Amino acid sequence: MVDRREILKLAGAAALAAALPAPALAQSKGRGQVVVIGGGFAGASCARALKRFDPRLAVTLVEAERVFTACPFSNGVIVGLRSMADQRFGYQGLAQDGIALRFAAATAVDPQARRVTLADGGILGYDRLVVAPGIDLRWDALPGYTEEAAQRMPHAWKAGEQTLLLQRQLAAMEDGGVVVIAAPANPFRCPPGPYERASLIAWYLKTHKPRSKLLILDAKDAFSKQRLFQGAWTELYPDLIEWVPLSQGGKVTSVDAASLTLVTDFATHKAAVANVIPPQQAGRVAQRAGVADRSGWCPIEPVSFQSTLQPGIHVIGDAAIAGAMPKSAFAANAQAKACAAAIAGLLAGRPLEEPRLINTCYSLVAPDYGISIAGVYHPAGGQLIDVEGAGGISPLEAPRSVRQQEAQYADGWFKTITAEVFG
Amino acid sequence: MEPVKAALAVVVLLVLAGGDAAASGPPPPPGATACSGCHAATAGIVTPVPRLVGRKPADLVAALQDFKAGRRPATVMDRIAKGFSDAEIAAIAVWYGEQRPERRR
Ligand SMILES: Cc1cc2nc3c(=O)[nH]c(=O)nc-3n(C[C@H](O)[C@H](O)[C@H](O)COP(=O)(O)OP(=O)(O)OC[C@H]3O[C@@H](n4cnc5c(N)ncnc54)[C@H](O)[C@@H]3O)c2cc1C
Repeated sequence: MVDRREILKLAGAAALAAALPAPALAQSKGRGQVVVIGGGFAGASCARALKRFDPRLAVTLVEAERVFTACPFSNGVIVGLRSMADQRFGYQGLAQDGIALRFAAATAVDPQARRVTLADGGILGYDRLVVAPGIDLRWDALPGYTEEAAQRMPHAWKAGEQTLLLQRQLAAMEDGGVVVIAAPANPFRCPPGPYERASLIAWYLKTHKPRSKLLILDAKDAFSKQRLFQGAWTELYPDLIEWVPLSQGGKVTSVDAASLTLVTDFATHKAAVANVIPPQQAGRVAQRAGVADRSGWCPIEPVSFQSTLQPGIHVIGDAAIAGAMPKSAFAANAQAKACAAAIAGLLAGRPLEEPRLINTCYSLVAPDYGISIAGVYHPAGGQLIDVEGAGGISPLEAPRSVRQQEAQYADGWFKTITAEVFG
Repeated sequence: MEPVKAALAVVVLLVLAGGDAAASGPPPPPGATACSGCHAATAGIVTPVPRLVGRKPADLVAALQDFKAGRRPATVMDRIAKGFSDAEIAAIAVWYGEQRPERRR
C-alpha cells in the first residue's frame, strides 16, 4: 500500500499538500481522517475508541516518544515500592488496532487548512483533530525554578528521569534530613497527587529514616481528600508531616537550587531534598494550535470536547478546561471515549448525545492504605458539572479492612486502565 | 443473550442506523464507556473488580439499584451509582450485556 505521507515527503511536502487538500484524499479511503496529537491516557484512549466506534475512520496518532511513562503510581517508584519498568508502555497494541503511528512531535497546527506539521517535516491533513498533549511545566512562574534548577530540585510531575532523580535523592539522604514538597495553586495535574506523594515519602522515612521530617509548603488553603489525608497522617505519621497552607505563609515565592532553599513570604526553608511542583499549563502545542486561552488551558464545549476557540479541533485530558472534572488519568480516559463517540457521530452525521462521565481517583497513604474520590459529571450551562447527590470521598471513619480493599482496587484500576489504553 | 437474539439485535441496530452502524455494534449509551476504567473490558486482566461485559442486564440493574439505594456494601460504587437515573442504568446494563470481552493479541 502506498503511504500518502511518504509521497508528500518525497514530492516536497508543502507544495503538494497545498495542491491536494488532505482531508479530501483521506475521505476517498473511508469515513474521514482523524489525527490525534499526544499518545497519553487521553490521546491513546481516544485513538483506540475511534477505531472501535467506526473501524472505517483513518486514525493517526502523533506521539513524541516511542515509550510512554505513566505518572499514576509513579509516587510508588519514588519510594521504592515499584519499579520504573511497571510504568512503561509501548504502542504495539495501538498499531495492531489499525492506528497509524507517527513518532514525532507536532510543532504547528493550521486550523484553517486543517493541517498538522511535525518536527520531522511531515504534514498531516485532518477532518477532525484531537489535541491531547497533557501538561507543560511553566518555567516562568516561580522565580529561580528553571529547567536547570529542576535537576537539583526535581518536580517529578512528568514521569521518567525526574521520577528516578527524586528516588535517588531520597535514597541518598541522611536520616534526620528535611524533605520539602512545594505544592502549586489550582488548577494542576492530579489534585491529590502531591499529598499521596507526601504520604508515601512519609511512609518511606518512617520505615528507613525515622528521624527525618517532611514539610509541605502549599500555595492553597485546601486540597483534595484533605480530611482523609490529614486523618491518616495523624494515625500513621504523627509529628512527621507538617503542612503549611497559603494563609500561614505556605506559598513558595522563589527557590534557589544551588543552596536547596525555598523562600516564602514568612521564612526561608533549607531542604535536604526539595520536590518543587511548579504551576502548569496545557502542553505547548495547544497554544500553537490556538486552542489555549490566556489561562494557559483549553476551553471546550462539553458535549463534543470541541474547542470553543477553533473549529474542527477537540481537546481532552489535562490540557482541557473540563469544569468540575479533575486533571486525572481516569478523567482523561473517560473524556477520550466520550470525545471519540462524538467525533464518530459528527463524521457520520448523527445527532450527538449528551455524555455522562465518571472520575475515580485512588491515592495510597501507605502501601496497604487506599482512599478515593469519585464524581459523576454531565454538561450543563456550557460546562461539565457534578451530578448532584453523586460522588464524594471515602468515609472518614472506616475500618482498616476498607482502606486495604481500596488499596487493592487502586492496583486493579492501574492494571485495567493501562491494559485498555496500551495493552 | 442467545446467538439468534444477538444477531437480531445487530440487524435491528443496523437498520435503525441506516445500515451505517460501526462493525463493532451500537454506540454505547451515556456513561457506559467510563466504567471500563476500573471494570476490565479486555480479557486476561487479574483484578478484584468484577467484569461487566457479558453480564445479565437484570443482574447489573439489580446491583446498581442496590448500590444507589445504599442496600449493598460498597467502597466507591454507592457514590457512583447515585449519578445515574433508572433509565440510564437500564441502558448501560443492556449495552454491557451485549458486549464481549475484547481480545488483545
Ligand atoms: C505523581 C502523579 C500521580 C498521579 N496519579 C494519578 C492517579 O493515581 N490516578 C489518575 O487518574 N491520575 C493520576 N495522575 C494524573 C495523570 O498522570 C494525568 O492526569 C494524565 O496523564 C493525563 O493524561 P493526558 O493524556 O492528558 O496527558 P499525558 O498522559 O501526559 O499524555 C500526553 C502525551 O502527549 C505527548 N505530547 C505532548 N506534546 C506533544 C507534541 N507536541 N507532539 C507529540 N506528542 C506530544 C507526550 O509525550 C505524552 O505522551 C498522576 C499524576 C502525577 C504527576
